[in-house]
Amino acid sequence: MLQGHQSWVFPNKPTILSSATVVGPFEGEGPLANDYDFIHSDLWLGQDSYEKAEEKMMEEACERAIHKAGLQKEDIQFFLSGDLLNQIISSSFAARTLAVPYLGLFGACSTSMESLALASLLVDSKYAKYALCGTSSHNAAVEKQFRYPNEYGAQKPPTAQWTVTGAGAAVVSPQGDGPKVTSATIGKVIDMGISDPFNMGAAMAPAAVDTITAHLRDLDISPWEYDLIATGDLAM
Amino acid sequence: MSDKKKKKLTPTQQEYQAFAKEREPQRPVLANCLKAFLVGGAICLLGQGIQDFFIWNFDFTEKTAGNPTIAVLIFLSVVLTSLGVYDHLAQWAGAGSAVPVTGFANSMASAAIEHRTEGFVLGVGGKMFKLAGSVIVFGVFAAFIVALIKTF
Amino acid sequence: MCNRQILLDVAKLTPAHVMSILVVSGAVLSGLGLYEPLIDFAGAGATVPITSFGNSLTKGALSEAERTGLVGIITGIFEVTSAGISAAIIFGFIAALLFKPKG
Repeated sequence: MLQGHQSWVFPNKPTILSSATVVGPFEGEGPLANDYDFIHSDLWLGQDSYEKAEEKMMEEACERAIHKAGLQKEDIQFFLSGDLLNQIISSSFAARTLAVPYLGLFGACSTSMESLALASLLVDSKYAKYALCGTSSHNAAVEKQFRYPNEYGAQKPPTAQWTVTGAGAAVVSPQGDGPKVTSATIGKVIDMGISDPFNMGAAMAPAAVDTITAHLRDLDISPWEYDLIATGDLAM
Repeated sequence: MSDKKKKKLTPTQQEYQAFAKEREPQRPVLANCLKAFLVGGAICLLGQGIQDFFIWNFDFTEKTAGNPTIAVLIFLSVVLTSLGVYDHLAQWAGAGSAVPVTGFANSMASAAIEHRTEGFVLGVGGKMFKLAGSVIVFGVFAAFIVALIKTF
Repeated sequence: MCNRQILLDVAKLTPAHVMSILVVSGAVLSGLGLYEPLIDFAGAGATVPITSFGNSLTKGALSEAERTGLVGIITGIFEVTSAGISAAIIFGFIAALLFKPKG
Protein backbone atom coordinates (compact mmCIF):
# COMPACT_ATOMS: atom_id res chain seq x y z
CA MET A 1 0.00 0.00 0.00
CA LEU A 2 1.43 3.32 -0.98
CA GLN A 3 1.95 5.69 1.90
CA GLY A 4 3.15 9.22 1.50
CA HIS A 5 5.16 10.01 -1.57
CA GLN A 6 7.50 7.04 -2.04
CA SER A 7 6.91 4.41 0.64
CA TRP A 8 5.18 1.06 0.71
CA VAL A 9 3.60 -0.26 3.88
CA PHE A 10 3.09 -4.02 3.87
CA PRO A 11 -0.13 -4.89 5.78
CA ASN A 12 0.63 -8.65 5.79
CA LYS A 13 4.17 -8.11 7.10
CA PRO A 14 6.21 -10.58 5.00
CA THR A 15 8.84 -12.58 6.86
CA ILE A 16 12.51 -12.97 6.04
CA LEU A 17 12.45 -16.71 6.52
CA SER A 18 16.16 -17.24 6.12
CA SER A 19 19.29 -15.55 4.86
CA ALA A 20 22.77 -16.68 3.89
CA THR A 21 26.07 -14.99 3.18
CA VAL A 22 29.15 -16.37 1.43
CA VAL A 23 32.32 -14.24 1.43
CA GLY A 24 35.95 -14.18 0.33
CA PRO A 25 39.14 -14.48 2.38
CA PHE A 26 39.64 -10.80 3.22
CA GLU A 27 36.09 -10.42 4.57
CA GLY A 28 36.67 -13.61 6.60
CA GLU A 29 39.42 -11.82 8.51
CA GLY A 30 37.07 -9.03 9.54
CA PRO A 31 34.98 -8.50 12.70
CA LEU A 32 31.88 -10.12 11.15
CA ALA A 33 33.63 -13.43 10.44
CA ASN A 34 31.40 -15.37 12.83
CA ASP A 35 28.22 -14.16 11.14
CA TYR A 36 29.01 -15.44 7.66
CA ASP A 37 27.67 -18.79 6.56
CA PHE A 38 30.75 -19.64 4.58
CA ILE A 39 34.18 -18.07 4.14
CA HIS A 40 36.14 -19.01 1.04
CA SER A 41 39.92 -19.05 1.45
CA ASP A 42 40.45 -18.91 -2.31
CA LEU A 43 39.60 -15.67 -4.13
CA TRP A 44 39.06 -17.72 -7.30
CA LEU A 45 36.77 -20.35 -5.69
CA GLY A 46 38.50 -22.82 -7.98
CA GLN A 47 36.99 -21.10 -11.02
CA ASP A 48 38.99 -19.84 -13.97
CA SER A 49 37.87 -16.21 -13.75
CA TYR A 50 36.86 -13.78 -11.02
CA GLU A 51 33.49 -13.30 -12.71
CA LYS A 52 32.78 -17.02 -12.50
CA ALA A 53 33.90 -16.99 -8.86
CA GLU A 54 31.31 -14.31 -8.14
CA GLU A 55 28.61 -16.32 -9.88
CA LYS A 56 29.56 -19.33 -7.78
CA MET A 57 29.29 -17.33 -4.54
CA MET A 58 25.85 -16.16 -5.60
CA GLU A 59 24.72 -19.72 -6.28
CA GLU A 60 26.06 -20.90 -2.95
CA ALA A 61 24.36 -18.09 -1.03
CA CYS A 62 21.05 -18.88 -2.74
CA GLU A 63 21.32 -22.60 -2.11
CA ARG A 64 22.17 -22.03 1.53
CA ALA A 65 19.31 -19.57 2.03
CA ILE A 66 16.82 -21.98 0.44
CA HIS A 67 18.16 -24.87 2.50
CA LYS A 68 18.02 -22.90 5.76
CA ALA A 69 14.39 -22.04 5.04
CA GLY A 70 13.70 -25.77 4.79
CA LEU A 71 12.62 -25.43 1.17
CA GLN A 72 13.54 -26.82 -2.22
CA LYS A 73 14.36 -24.49 -5.06
CA GLU A 74 11.17 -25.67 -6.80
CA ASP A 75 9.24 -23.96 -3.98
CA ILE A 76 10.61 -20.55 -4.94
CA GLN A 77 8.45 -18.64 -7.40
CA PHE A 78 10.72 -15.72 -8.17
CA PHE A 79 14.40 -14.94 -7.84
CA LEU A 80 15.25 -11.22 -7.73
CA SER A 81 18.90 -10.27 -7.79
CA GLY A 82 21.63 -8.11 -9.23
CA ASP A 83 25.32 -7.33 -9.03
CA LEU A 84 27.83 -4.74 -10.22
CA LEU A 85 29.16 -6.33 -13.39
CA ASN A 86 28.09 -5.55 -16.95
CA GLN A 87 24.70 -7.01 -17.83
CA ILE A 88 24.54 -8.31 -14.23
CA ILE A 89 26.22 -11.49 -15.45
CA SER A 90 26.87 -13.03 -12.02
CA SER A 91 23.18 -12.87 -11.14
CA SER A 92 22.00 -13.91 -14.55
CA PHE A 93 24.23 -16.97 -14.72
CA ALA A 94 23.37 -17.89 -11.14
CA ALA A 95 19.71 -17.68 -12.20
CA ARG A 96 20.48 -20.06 -15.04
CA THR A 97 21.86 -22.58 -12.54
CA LEU A 98 18.99 -22.10 -10.09
CA ALA A 99 16.42 -22.39 -12.90
CA VAL A 100 13.93 -20.24 -10.97
CA PRO A 101 11.90 -17.50 -12.73
CA TYR A 102 14.20 -14.51 -12.55
CA LEU A 103 13.93 -10.75 -12.31
CA GLY A 104 17.32 -9.12 -12.89
CA LEU A 105 17.91 -5.88 -10.98
CA PHE A 106 20.50 -3.20 -10.99
CA GLY A 107 20.78 -0.56 -8.30
CA ALA A 108 24.54 -0.80 -7.66
CA CYS A 109 24.97 -0.88 -3.88
CA SER A 110 21.24 -0.47 -3.32
CA THR A 111 20.48 -3.73 -5.14
CA SER A 112 20.43 -5.67 -1.86
CA MET A 113 17.65 -3.55 -0.39
CA GLU A 114 15.93 -3.05 -3.76
CA SER A 115 15.63 -6.80 -4.20
CA LEU A 116 14.38 -7.23 -0.63
CA ALA A 117 11.77 -4.48 -1.06
CA LEU A 118 10.49 -5.93 -4.34
CA ALA A 119 10.46 -9.49 -2.96
CA SER A 120 8.45 -8.26 0.03
CA LEU A 121 6.08 -6.44 -2.32
CA LEU A 122 5.51 -9.62 -4.34
CA VAL A 123 4.91 -11.72 -1.25
CA ASP A 124 2.74 -9.15 0.52
CA SER A 125 0.49 -8.72 -2.50
CA LYS A 126 0.22 -12.52 -2.81
CA TYR A 127 1.87 -12.54 -6.23
CA ALA A 128 4.45 -14.90 -4.77
CA LYS A 129 4.54 -17.38 -1.93
CA TYR A 130 8.28 -17.61 -1.62
CA ALA A 131 10.57 -15.04 -3.19
CA LEU A 132 14.34 -15.29 -3.13
CA CYS A 133 16.36 -12.08 -3.25
CA GLY A 134 20.12 -11.62 -3.44
CA THR A 135 23.12 -9.51 -4.36
CA SER A 136 26.77 -10.23 -5.01
CA SER A 137 30.04 -8.49 -5.72
CA HIS A 138 33.64 -9.57 -6.14
CA ASN A 139 36.45 -7.18 -5.33
CA ALA A 140 38.85 -8.34 -8.03
CA ALA A 141 36.13 -8.48 -10.68
CA VAL A 142 35.00 -4.89 -10.05
CA GLU A 143 38.57 -3.59 -9.72
CA LYS A 144 39.19 -5.05 -13.15
CA GLN A 145 36.00 -3.63 -14.63
CA PHE A 146 35.86 -0.17 -13.05
CA ARG A 147 39.32 0.72 -11.79
CA TYR A 148 42.71 -0.73 -12.71
CA PRO A 149 44.12 -4.23 -13.15
CA ASN A 150 44.55 -5.86 -9.75
CA GLU A 151 48.33 -5.99 -10.02
CA TYR A 152 48.65 -2.41 -11.30
CA GLY A 153 50.49 -0.14 -8.93
CA ALA A 154 48.04 2.71 -8.43
CA GLN A 155 48.09 4.34 -5.03
CA LYS A 156 44.73 4.45 -3.29
CA PRO A 157 43.92 7.52 -1.19
CA PRO A 158 42.57 7.19 2.38
CA THR A 159 38.97 7.61 1.14
CA ALA A 160 39.18 4.57 -1.14
CA GLN A 161 36.80 1.73 -0.37
CA TRP A 162 37.23 -1.99 -0.73
CA THR A 163 34.34 -3.50 -2.70
CA VAL A 164 33.22 -6.63 -0.91
CA THR A 165 33.90 -10.13 -2.18
CA GLY A 166 30.72 -11.85 -1.19
CA ALA A 167 27.14 -12.77 -1.91
CA GLY A 168 24.00 -12.61 0.20
CA ALA A 169 20.56 -14.09 -0.30
CA ALA A 170 17.29 -14.16 1.62
CA VAL A 171 13.99 -16.02 1.32
CA VAL A 172 10.87 -13.92 1.89
CA SER A 173 7.57 -15.64 2.71
CA PRO A 174 4.11 -14.58 3.92
CA GLN A 175 4.51 -16.12 7.38
CA GLY A 176 6.98 -17.97 9.58
CA ASP A 177 9.69 -17.15 12.07
CA GLY A 178 12.03 -14.32 11.34
CA PRO A 179 12.27 -10.58 10.93
CA LYS A 180 9.19 -8.92 9.40
CA VAL A 181 9.38 -6.43 6.60
CA THR A 182 6.81 -3.79 7.52
CA SER A 183 7.57 -1.06 5.02
CA ALA A 184 9.97 0.05 2.33
CA THR A 185 10.92 3.47 1.00
CA ILE A 186 12.31 3.77 -2.50
CA GLY A 187 15.01 6.41 -2.73
CA LYS A 188 15.95 8.83 -5.47
CA VAL A 189 19.27 9.07 -7.27
CA ILE A 190 21.02 11.99 -5.62
CA ASP A 191 24.08 13.32 -7.41
CA MET A 192 26.15 15.84 -5.52
CA GLY A 193 28.72 15.93 -8.28
CA ILE A 194 31.37 13.88 -6.47
CA SER A 195 33.42 12.54 -9.37
CA ASP A 196 36.32 10.91 -7.52
CA PRO A 197 36.07 7.13 -8.04
CA PHE A 198 38.09 6.68 -4.85
CA ASN A 199 35.56 8.55 -2.73
CA MET A 200 32.39 6.51 -3.08
CA GLY A 201 31.30 7.13 0.50
CA ALA A 202 30.85 10.86 -0.08
CA ALA A 203 29.08 10.13 -3.36
CA MET A 204 26.52 7.78 -1.81
CA ALA A 205 25.85 9.34 1.59
CA PRO A 206 23.43 12.06 0.35
CA ALA A 207 21.10 9.45 -1.19
CA ALA A 208 21.06 7.49 2.08
CA VAL A 209 20.17 10.62 4.05
CA ASP A 210 17.48 11.57 1.53
CA THR A 211 15.90 8.11 1.64
CA ILE A 212 15.92 7.90 5.44
CA THR A 213 14.32 11.36 5.78
CA ALA A 214 11.75 10.46 3.14
CA HIS A 215 10.95 7.27 5.03
CA LEU A 216 10.43 9.09 8.32
CA ARG A 217 8.33 11.74 6.60
CA ASP A 218 6.16 9.26 4.65
CA LEU A 219 5.51 7.06 7.67
CA ASP A 220 5.15 10.08 9.90
CA ILE A 221 7.38 8.72 12.62
CA SER A 222 10.35 10.05 14.52
CA PRO A 223 13.79 8.44 14.33
CA TRP A 224 13.49 7.55 18.04
CA GLU A 225 10.86 4.93 17.29
CA TYR A 226 13.59 2.78 15.79
CA ASP A 227 16.12 0.99 17.99
CA LEU A 228 18.62 1.08 15.19
CA ILE A 229 18.86 2.79 11.83
CA ALA A 230 21.47 1.13 9.67
CA THR A 231 22.71 1.96 6.21
CA GLY A 232 25.55 0.64 4.12
CA ASP A 233 26.89 -0.27 0.73
CA LEU A 234 28.73 -3.05 -1.05
CA ALA A 235 32.05 -1.91 0.31
CA MET A 236 34.08 -1.45 3.43
CA MET B 1 38.77 21.48 -9.21
CA SER B 2 38.74 23.73 -12.21
CA ASP B 3 36.44 26.73 -12.24
CA LYS B 4 34.75 25.48 -15.38
CA LYS B 5 33.74 22.27 -13.62
CA LYS B 6 32.57 24.19 -10.60
CA LYS B 7 30.26 26.40 -12.62
CA LYS B 8 28.21 23.41 -13.68
CA LEU B 9 27.43 22.48 -10.08
CA THR B 10 24.35 23.80 -8.31
CA PRO B 11 24.83 25.76 -5.08
CA THR B 12 23.62 22.73 -3.08
CA GLN B 13 26.20 20.52 -4.77
CA GLN B 14 28.95 23.03 -4.07
CA GLU B 15 27.87 23.30 -0.46
CA TYR B 16 27.85 19.52 -0.04
CA GLN B 17 31.25 19.15 -1.67
CA ALA B 18 32.73 21.66 0.72
CA PHE B 19 31.02 19.83 3.60
CA ALA B 20 32.34 16.45 2.41
CA LYS B 21 35.82 17.81 1.85
CA GLU B 22 36.02 18.99 5.45
CA ARG B 23 35.28 15.50 6.73
CA GLU B 24 37.38 13.61 4.25
CA PRO B 25 40.60 12.13 5.66
CA GLN B 26 43.37 14.23 4.16
CA ARG B 27 45.80 12.70 1.75
CA PRO B 28 49.18 12.77 3.50
CA VAL B 29 50.79 14.77 0.70
CA LEU B 30 54.09 15.49 2.43
CA ALA B 31 54.63 11.92 3.63
CA ASN B 32 53.59 10.61 0.22
CA CYS B 33 56.10 12.92 -1.46
CA LEU B 34 58.86 11.73 0.83
CA LYS B 35 58.03 8.07 0.19
CA ALA B 36 57.80 8.71 -3.56
CA PHE B 37 61.18 10.44 -3.44
CA LEU B 38 62.78 7.59 -1.50
CA VAL B 39 61.41 4.74 -3.61
CA GLY B 40 61.82 6.57 -6.93
CA GLY B 41 65.35 7.46 -5.94
CA ALA B 42 66.06 3.89 -4.87
CA ILE B 43 64.83 2.53 -8.21
CA CYS B 44 67.00 5.03 -10.11
CA LEU B 45 69.94 4.15 -7.84
CA LEU B 46 69.39 0.48 -8.66
CA GLY B 47 69.30 1.45 -12.34
CA GLN B 48 72.58 3.34 -11.93
CA GLY B 49 74.09 0.29 -10.23
CA ILE B 50 72.99 -2.03 -13.04
CA GLN B 51 74.30 0.44 -15.63
CA ASP B 52 77.70 0.67 -13.92
CA PHE B 53 77.77 -3.12 -13.68
CA PHE B 54 77.27 -3.38 -17.43
CA ILE B 55 79.92 -0.73 -18.12
CA TRP B 56 82.55 -2.29 -15.86
CA ASN B 57 82.00 -5.96 -16.63
CA PHE B 58 81.02 -5.88 -20.27
CA ASP B 59 81.90 -3.92 -23.34
CA PHE B 60 79.36 -1.13 -22.83
CA THR B 61 79.74 2.63 -22.84
CA GLU B 62 77.59 5.05 -20.90
CA LYS B 63 75.48 5.52 -24.03
CA THR B 64 74.96 1.86 -24.90
CA ALA B 65 74.50 0.58 -21.35
CA GLY B 66 71.11 2.32 -21.14
CA ASN B 67 69.16 -0.29 -23.08
CA PRO B 68 70.23 -3.41 -21.17
CA THR B 69 69.73 -1.50 -17.91
CA ILE B 70 66.16 -0.66 -18.87
CA ALA B 71 65.55 -4.27 -19.91
CA VAL B 72 66.77 -5.59 -16.55
CA LEU B 73 64.61 -3.10 -14.63
CA ILE B 74 61.61 -4.08 -16.73
CA PHE B 75 62.30 -7.73 -16.07
CA LEU B 76 62.46 -7.13 -12.31
CA SER B 77 59.25 -5.11 -12.42
CA VAL B 78 57.41 -7.83 -14.34
CA VAL B 79 58.57 -10.46 -11.85
CA LEU B 80 57.36 -8.37 -8.91
CA THR B 81 54.06 -7.72 -10.70
CA SER B 82 53.58 -11.43 -11.36
CA LEU B 83 54.19 -12.28 -7.73
CA GLY B 84 51.59 -9.71 -6.67
CA VAL B 85 54.15 -7.54 -4.88
CA TYR B 86 54.37 -4.45 -7.10
CA ASP B 87 50.86 -3.16 -6.35
CA HIS B 88 51.55 -3.33 -2.61
CA LEU B 89 54.85 -1.52 -3.10
CA ALA B 90 52.99 1.12 -5.13
CA GLN B 91 50.39 1.65 -2.42
CA TRP B 92 53.27 2.74 -0.20
CA ALA B 93 55.40 4.48 -2.81
CA GLY B 94 52.82 6.17 -5.05
CA ALA B 95 54.49 8.05 -7.87
CA GLY B 96 57.85 6.69 -6.69
CA SER B 97 57.14 3.31 -8.24
CA ALA B 98 54.84 4.56 -11.02
CA VAL B 99 57.09 7.09 -12.74
CA PRO B 100 60.24 5.00 -13.35
CA VAL B 101 60.25 2.65 -16.33
CA THR B 102 59.34 -0.12 -13.88
CA GLY B 103 55.91 1.51 -13.57
CA PHE B 104 55.50 1.40 -17.34
CA ALA B 105 56.36 -2.29 -17.32
CA ASN B 106 53.98 -2.84 -14.39
CA SER B 107 51.12 -1.20 -16.28
CA MET B 108 51.65 -3.56 -19.22
CA ALA B 109 52.30 -6.75 -17.26
CA SER B 110 49.39 -6.16 -14.87
CA ALA B 111 46.97 -5.59 -17.76
CA ALA B 112 48.28 -8.67 -19.57
CA ILE B 113 47.93 -10.90 -16.51
CA GLU B 114 44.56 -9.42 -15.57
CA HIS B 115 42.93 -10.13 -18.90
CA ARG B 116 44.27 -13.62 -19.53
CA THR B 117 40.91 -14.96 -18.33
CA GLU B 118 39.43 -13.41 -21.47
CA GLY B 119 41.75 -15.38 -23.71
CA PHE B 120 45.21 -14.80 -25.11
CA VAL B 121 44.23 -12.96 -28.28
CA LEU B 122 41.44 -10.63 -27.18
CA GLY B 123 42.48 -10.59 -23.51
CA VAL B 124 46.26 -10.55 -23.20
CA GLY B 125 47.05 -9.30 -26.69
CA GLY B 126 44.25 -6.79 -26.96
CA LYS B 127 44.30 -5.34 -23.47
CA MET B 128 48.03 -5.27 -22.70
CA PHE B 129 48.29 -1.63 -23.76
CA LYS B 130 45.14 -0.39 -22.08
CA LEU B 131 47.14 1.72 -19.60
CA ALA B 132 50.49 1.99 -21.37
CA GLY B 133 48.81 2.90 -24.65
CA SER B 134 48.20 6.53 -23.70
CA VAL B 135 51.85 6.97 -22.72
CA ILE B 136 52.99 5.65 -26.09
CA VAL B 137 50.39 7.59 -28.10
CA PHE B 138 51.08 10.94 -26.46
CA GLY B 139 54.82 10.33 -26.33
CA VAL B 140 55.05 9.45 -30.00
CA PHE B 141 52.80 12.29 -31.10
CA ALA B 142 54.69 14.84 -29.00
CA ALA B 143 58.01 13.54 -30.30
CA PHE B 144 56.70 13.76 -33.86
CA ILE B 145 55.68 17.39 -33.45
CA VAL B 146 58.92 18.33 -31.70
CA ALA B 147 61.02 16.60 -34.35
CA LEU B 148 58.99 18.21 -37.10
CA ILE B 149 59.58 21.68 -35.64
CA LYS B 150 63.28 21.05 -35.15
CA THR B 151 63.84 19.56 -38.59
CA PHE B 152 62.48 22.66 -40.33
CA MET C 1 59.11 12.11 -7.85
CA CYS C 2 57.66 14.68 -5.48
CA ASN C 3 56.14 16.86 -8.16
CA ARG C 4 54.60 13.75 -9.69
CA GLN C 5 53.15 12.73 -6.34
CA ILE C 6 51.60 16.20 -6.10
CA LEU C 7 50.00 15.74 -9.51
CA LEU C 8 48.43 12.53 -8.17
CA ASP C 9 47.44 13.79 -4.72
CA VAL C 10 46.57 17.45 -5.09
CA ALA C 11 45.46 17.77 -8.71
CA LYS C 12 43.80 14.31 -8.38
CA LEU C 13 44.86 13.25 -11.85
CA THR C 14 44.74 9.56 -12.71
CA PRO C 15 48.10 7.77 -13.07
CA ALA C 16 47.51 7.53 -16.83
CA HIS C 17 47.14 11.31 -17.08
CA VAL C 18 50.26 11.90 -14.99
CA MET C 19 52.32 9.49 -17.10
CA SER C 20 51.09 11.06 -20.34
CA ILE C 21 51.94 14.55 -19.11
CA LEU C 22 55.43 13.39 -18.09
CA VAL C 23 56.13 11.70 -21.41
CA VAL C 24 55.08 14.80 -23.33
CA SER C 25 57.23 17.02 -21.10
CA GLY C 26 60.17 14.68 -21.69
CA ALA C 27 59.69 14.99 -25.43
CA VAL C 28 59.45 18.78 -25.24
CA LEU C 29 62.49 19.12 -22.94
CA SER C 30 64.40 17.00 -25.40
CA GLY C 31 63.39 19.28 -28.24
CA LEU C 32 64.61 22.28 -26.26
CA GLY C 33 67.92 20.51 -25.74
CA LEU C 34 67.49 20.40 -21.98
CA TYR C 35 67.21 16.68 -21.37
CA GLU C 36 70.76 15.65 -22.30
CA PRO C 37 72.32 17.97 -19.69
CA LEU C 38 69.91 16.47 -17.16
CA ILE C 39 71.15 12.96 -18.00
CA ASP C 40 74.76 14.11 -17.74
CA PHE C 41 73.97 15.43 -14.29
CA ALA C 42 71.66 12.73 -12.90
CA GLY C 43 72.60 9.56 -14.83
CA ALA C 44 70.03 6.85 -14.23
CA GLY C 45 68.08 9.39 -12.20
CA ALA C 46 67.11 10.91 -15.52
CA THR C 47 67.13 7.82 -17.76
CA VAL C 48 64.94 5.56 -15.61
CA PRO C 49 61.84 7.79 -15.11
CA ILE C 50 59.18 7.78 -17.83
CA THR C 51 60.15 11.29 -18.97
CA SER C 52 63.22 9.66 -20.48
CA PHE C 53 60.87 7.70 -22.73
CA GLY C 54 59.65 10.97 -24.24
CA ASN C 55 63.22 12.15 -24.58
CA SER C 56 64.25 8.95 -26.36
CA LEU C 57 61.33 9.16 -28.76
CA THR C 58 62.31 12.68 -29.80
CA LYS C 59 66.00 11.84 -29.93
CA GLY C 60 65.41 8.84 -32.18
CA ALA C 61 63.18 10.84 -34.49
CA LEU C 62 65.66 13.74 -34.70
CA SER C 63 68.80 11.70 -35.33
CA GLU C 64 67.10 9.67 -38.04
CA ALA C 65 65.63 12.85 -39.56
CA GLU C 66 69.13 14.29 -39.80
CA ARG C 67 70.24 11.32 -41.84
CA THR C 68 67.26 10.62 -44.06
CA GLY C 69 65.12 13.73 -43.92
CA LEU C 70 61.42 13.95 -43.21
CA VAL C 71 60.74 10.20 -43.44
CA GLY C 72 63.32 9.73 -40.70
CA ILE C 73 60.97 11.23 -38.17
CA ILE C 74 58.57 8.34 -38.71
CA THR C 75 61.17 5.60 -38.96
CA GLY C 76 63.29 6.93 -36.12
CA ILE C 77 60.71 7.49 -33.39
CA PHE C 78 60.95 3.99 -31.92
CA GLU C 79 64.65 3.55 -32.70
CA VAL C 80 65.93 4.24 -29.20
CA THR C 81 62.91 3.11 -27.21
CA SER C 82 62.57 -0.23 -28.92
CA ALA C 83 64.42 -2.00 -26.10
CA GLY C 84 62.02 -0.78 -23.43
CA ILE C 85 58.84 -1.44 -25.35
CA SER C 86 59.94 -4.83 -26.69
CA ALA C 87 61.16 -5.95 -23.28
CA ALA C 88 57.89 -4.88 -21.65
CA ILE C 89 55.83 -6.70 -24.29
CA ILE C 90 57.87 -9.89 -24.16
CA PHE C 91 58.22 -10.13 -20.39
CA GLY C 92 54.61 -9.05 -19.92
CA PHE C 93 53.39 -11.76 -22.26
CA ILE C 94 55.48 -14.43 -20.58
CA ALA C 95 54.10 -13.28 -17.23
CA ALA C 96 50.56 -13.64 -18.56
CA LEU C 97 51.39 -17.17 -19.71
CA LEU C 98 52.65 -18.15 -16.28
CA PHE C 99 50.68 -16.16 -13.69
CA LYS C 100 47.16 -15.30 -12.61
CA PRO C 101 46.31 -12.00 -10.89
CA LYS C 102 46.69 -12.33 -7.12
CA GLY C 103 43.87 -9.90 -6.36
